Amino acid sequence: MTDPLLSLSGVTKAYPGVIANDQVSLTIQPGEVHALLGENGAGKSTLVKMIYGLVKPDSGEMKLNGAAFAPAEPRQARADGIAMVFQHFSLFDALNVAENIALGMENPPKMRDLARRIRDVSQTYGLPLDPSRRVGDLSAGERQRVEIIRCLLQDPKLLIMDEPTSVLTPQEVGILFETLRKLRSEGTSILYISHKLEEIRSLCDAATILRLGKNVGSCIPSDTSARDMAEMMVGSALKTPARSTRSFGDSALEVQNLTVSAPSEFGTTLRDISLTLRQGEILGIGGVAGNGQDELLSVLSGELSTSPASVQLNGHSIGHLGPNQRRGLGLLSAPEERLGHAAAPDMSLTENAMLTGAVREKLAQGGFLKWGAARGFAARIIEAFDVRTPGTENAARALSGGNLQKFVIGREVLQNPKVLVVNQPTWGVDAAAAAAIRQSLLDLAAEGAAILCISQDLDELMEISDIFAALNEGRLSPPRETTGLTVEEIGLMMGGAHGMEVAHV
Amino acid sequence: MDLSAINPVLLIASLMVAATPILLAAIGELVVEKAGVLNLGVEGMMIIGAIAGFATAVETGSPLVGFVAAAFAGAALSLLFVVLTQIALANQVASGLALTLFGLGLSALLGQSYVGIRPPEMGQLYLPLLSDLPIVGPILFSHDIILYFGIALTAAVWAMLKFTRVGLILRAVGENHDAAHALGYKVVRIRILAILFGGACAGLGGAYISLIRVPQWTEGMTAGVGWIALALVVFASWKPWRALLGAYLFGGLTVVQLNLQAAGVAIPVEYLAMSPYIITIVVLVILSADKSSAPAALGRIFHASR
Repeated sequence: MTDPLLSLSGVTKAYPGVIANDQVSLTIQPGEVHALLGENGAGKSTLVKMIYGLVKPDSGEMKLNGAAFAPAEPRQARADGIAMVFQHFSLFDALNVAENIALGMENPPKMRDLARRIRDVSQTYGLPLDPSRRVGDLSAGERQRVEIIRCLLQDPKLLIMDEPTSVLTPQEVGILFETLRKLRSEGTSILYISHKLEEIRSLCDAATILRLGKNVGSCIPSDTSARDMAEMMVGSALKTPARSTRSFGDSALEVQNLTVSAPSEFGTTLRDISLTLRQGEILGIGGVAGNGQDELLSVLSGELSTSPASVQLNGHSIGHLGPNQRRGLGLLSAPEERLGHAAAPDMSLTENAMLTGAVREKLAQGGFLKWGAARGFAARIIEAFDVRTPGTENAARALSGGNLQKFVIGREVLQNPKVLVVNQPTWGVDAAAAAAIRQSLLDLAAEGAAILCISQDLDELMEISDIFAALNEGRLSPPRETTGLTVEEIGLMMGGAHGMEVAHV
Repeated sequence: MDLSAINPVLLIASLMVAATPILLAAIGELVVEKAGVLNLGVEGMMIIGAIAGFATAVETGSPLVGFVAAAFAGAALSLLFVVLTQIALANQVASGLALTLFGLGLSALLGQSYVGIRPPEMGQLYLPLLSDLPIVGPILFSHDIILYFGIALTAAVWAMLKFTRVGLILRAVGENHDAAHALGYKVVRIRILAILFGGACAGLGGAYISLIRVPQWTEGMTAGVGWIALALVVFASWKPWRALLGAYLFGGLTVVQLNLQAAGVAIPVEYLAMSPYIITIVVLVILSADKSSAPAALGRIFHASR
């Protein structure tokens, strides 16, 4: 056995009130694809931030090629051959591709040479990119290419990838994996963070599993079943949501030939969207982020108004109505962004319950607020959805992601909606909470409500929805029954590979 | 009314003088805003520069030393803004307004003994032959050195933002401070340097008013020029050459309306006095139709949550 490229032993990092990493150990061999598995909050991000020099460990030892390694800042980690593809927050919308890449390099060459090198590398690895395009205009998959090429230009020895496939279609994932396998064959090690277990089984050579900041095991992914890995991550047996057979009623929500131009500069224009949703039916809408999901939710919730007839609820034209009028008629929605869109972070749970529940739960009368009733409503949500919080007067910001998400979904479900529109109902939520949320959506549908669920998690959509459609560049594919739909077909509905090619050479 | 009393050559020459304080302050604020910080204290930093420059020039007898002192004084006052917004993470709008009010008050206090004094005169550039040319000579080649410095600064800031790595990093910090931090750039340090630069430029602009444009000290003599500079940055879409254009337009209109007043045009003085503000803003609003270029992180507080 060769010497490991990177080895961590007994690494600990504590934040006030929480130990993010507790005695974590990890060993990565040269040319190995190593998976780092764990739920949200298991300490994966903190661990890689330490390797990348963004965070300093409190104690423990890190070794790179046998020598002590303690990068004080990312610059130093980059100089030692460590590169990182971030999940969020590392591209600049208003700058072009070449400028973005130059910002991630130590000694960038002149812009003209850099543009040429970007073209060369993007050709070699099948990631076509135009260096002069503005990043804000790129698709999610293209933005990720920018990040990957930024890393590849520095000939990294270790490439860290944080949830790289959450924004890709299945075809794009296939191409990315080709690129990664090619890198591995050239001797580059990859530390691959994900919670998509099937991907890890097909790509990775070894896996380390974290739970609540501690090592809880390691395995060879190709020899371990996805279920076993999931149970190691969660620490208990998983409950799969139970789905009952339902009959569908009359059409509840109808959208006809809806075209809406993008509300913001980097938004997506919705083009000629038509869909029908029956009572008791769950329509799953997949697609890569940034293909019109947020815009579709805004149009249905009433944040964006359209011509009256293009959105119809139980046969009434409602396209021109605002969110509260739609709530009154029974069309409720829960947007994706918990802090800021679905909930006001600095307001209490009671106040947040008041914000969307006022109309249907009659929490306001003649312009005066009925705080007692609102507190009762908030308490009911907390009770029914097992929201872990000290009480109804806590600020929304103080709740963990999973608990707040249960609260914002529960708040809409308990208002007895006729039609419920949700965007990413389980994004960034641990497996147990996600299962509870999915179960509540299934139960709601069983009672006869129509549900439109927008999500980037295909497994989730396959699990709960009756029919599936995909958004691609603002267009909605024709809906298909979920049963019998293959991943290949879904991928094509999502727009295929968006012009990417398999790696050359 | 006697319009023939207006000499176009002198008019253009004095237009450039009138524009320079606005230009200096606007270029400084442009750099600050490109780094993602909104400093509304320009007016306060200008007036502090005006009195510091004036007092130093009177005491030392050298206007140039006065300008250097004005730059330091402007930067020193902006240091207060740095402490408030970058270290104590206070609201930038409120901090900037406080800076303006504080600057106006402090300058009035410091300037009490300087009212009614004439400052030493700044020498004008004299290039044999060139400065003697008719028309072109008085317009282009016989100004004070600070005026040329303002134009050179505009060019330098433009080139810095467009061609250099420092400029790229500055824009990146103003665009997305979280991403810049994740890549390992020192967001707070870069912003502090930008704010100090902005303060120094505003100080220079203020001293230009008290030492050259008006040459005397009166309380509140910047008279809203700092606010015009702030508006100019926005309407110039954060582009240095457009800020220069806007400053010259404003300067030109100010000079023209003064000349018209002197010539006795039959328009009430109040309309003439307000015209530069209105026309400059209207023109720049039309110019800034492409409103895409505001730095995305402008005015947002950065806190490294680690």
